[in-house]
Amino acid sequence: MLLHDTSLIFSRYVRQTLRSRFQIFFGILMPLLYLFFFGPLLTELPLGSTGDSWQVLVPGLLLQLALFGASFTGFAIIIEQSTGVVERMRVTPVSRLALLLGRVLRDALLFMFQAVLLVLAALVMGLRAPLPGVLIGFAFVGLLTVSLASLSYALAMKVRTPQEFGPVINALTMPAMLLSGLMLPMTLGPAWLDVLSHVTPFRYLVDAVRDAYVGSYATAHMLYGVLVALAFALLAVTAGTHVFRRAGA
Amino acid sequence: MPIISTSGLARTFTTKSGPVHAVRSVDLTVMPGEIVGLLGPNGAGKTTTLRMLTTLLAPTGGAATVAGCDLTADPARVREKCGYVAQSGGVDPHITVREELVTQGRLYRLSKADAIARTAELAARLGLGDLLERRTAALSGGQRRRLDIAMGLTHRPAVLFLDEPTTGLDPGSREDLWDLVRGLRDEFGTTVVLTTHYLDEADALADRLVVIDGGLVVAEGAPAALKTEHAGSPDASLHDTFLAITGRTPAAEAAPVAV
Repeated sequence: MLLHDTSLIFSRYVRQTLRSRFQIFFGILMPLLYLFFFGPLLTELPLGSTGDSWQVLVPGLLLQLALFGASFTGFAIIIEQSTGVVERMRVTPVSRLALLLGRVLRDALLFMFQAVLLVLAALVMGLRAPLPGVLIGFAFVGLLTVSLASLSYALAMKVRTPQEFGPVINALTMPAMLLSGLMLPMTLGPAWLDVLSHVTPFRYLVDAVRDAYVGSYATAHMLYGVLVALAFALLAVTAGTHVFRRAGA
Repeated sequence: MPIISTSGLARTFTTKSGPVHAVRSVDLTVMPGEIVGLLGPNGAGKTTTLRMLTTLLAPTGGAATVAGCDLTADPARVREKCGYVAQSGGVDPHITVREELVTQGRLYRLSKADAIARTAELAARLGLGDLLERRTAALSGGQRRRLDIAMGLTHRPAVLFLDEPTTGLDPGSREDLWDLVRGLRDEFGTTVVLTTHYLDEADALADRLVVIDGGLVVAEGAPAALKTEHAGSPDASLHDTFLAITGRTPAAEAAPVAV
């Protein structure tokens, strides 16, 4: 039943996304700008990595894509609340978990597709990284999207207006990006900043993907990255399903 | 054997300015095949009552059985047996009528073939046959409402809940909709519970009225009986009856003028 319901919801939203080319390609603009206009600044800098600067930057941009893209997915559900679509689905016997999973899996697919485009552009710019590492990077993008989109939907179901939702998401994503070391490795900074950045789950993910991009798979970073990403996803999906189950008022 | 029965059904919302008792205590008994109108001014608790009966909102007090299933213990089975059409409808403006109807059938666990067949059947019955390939945003108000109702009927529910079904419709579309509701009951024995704040609608459509005010049932009975009891004659207007029951003039809640 869960599988049946999830695939129904998933395919409904995939069709919705396919109708909107704008949505498919627009989200990749910001990471591309960083790639073209910020990436070249780093090529001669010592970044403390065994790889080159692209192997440091591109993992960060991938997670940035997921961070900013997935965090804003809740806007869609605010629109669906106002048209009554969410309620109408909640009255059917469809699984509550499927209502969430169908949506977030579509989001994961969308951002993984954008991640592929980003990596292709990075190859043109000069990125060289092992294929398994690149694939691991996509998996992290998918997992992070599932987590953040779940939380975004949950928040959007609670606040209900875009005027409240937008500022909250902005206030959360900006510090998350700065603190996670997505742009530059935190190890370059002072110790306090490095310590502080370990408070955000994103730090562990970006460390893991950077390891993957230089071909180091059996590392402590990778272990922590996988554990944190899975735990975060579990928490977020649980919280999101809870909101779909009893969205009141 | 009633198809809906509630006792002391209540819902209190916690807000920053203290608790709001949207529904204080509602005792309701509905027999199979009845058309029952929940009548009351805006904010009386009609919609909150429907949202509880359709499992969208957990009651904070009381108990209810809907279509043989306990509302709080078995909400999943209640969902299988009920249809609900919210005031706002519930279709995506960018999706075609056909796709919404087929998906809705599948959400109610119909097979793909059954969902497609049911879509054709409902479209024919509700006059949507020529509109199946249109995006729902391109429908007129009356067409939209018929689609909303078709969405609520995909799984042949035993009970259909309609929240303010004719708000915003022109007089012709309103009467079409009343005929449709009567037809459902006459042909399939569907039980219909609807909320309205239009007195003419309540009068024309409902077998029985339940007047709700301030979250409580303040009167109930067949329209003629209510009129006799509260306004002295079965030929009294529902307006006078409403005034006698609630102590308020329903003028602000009058039916829309013809446009």
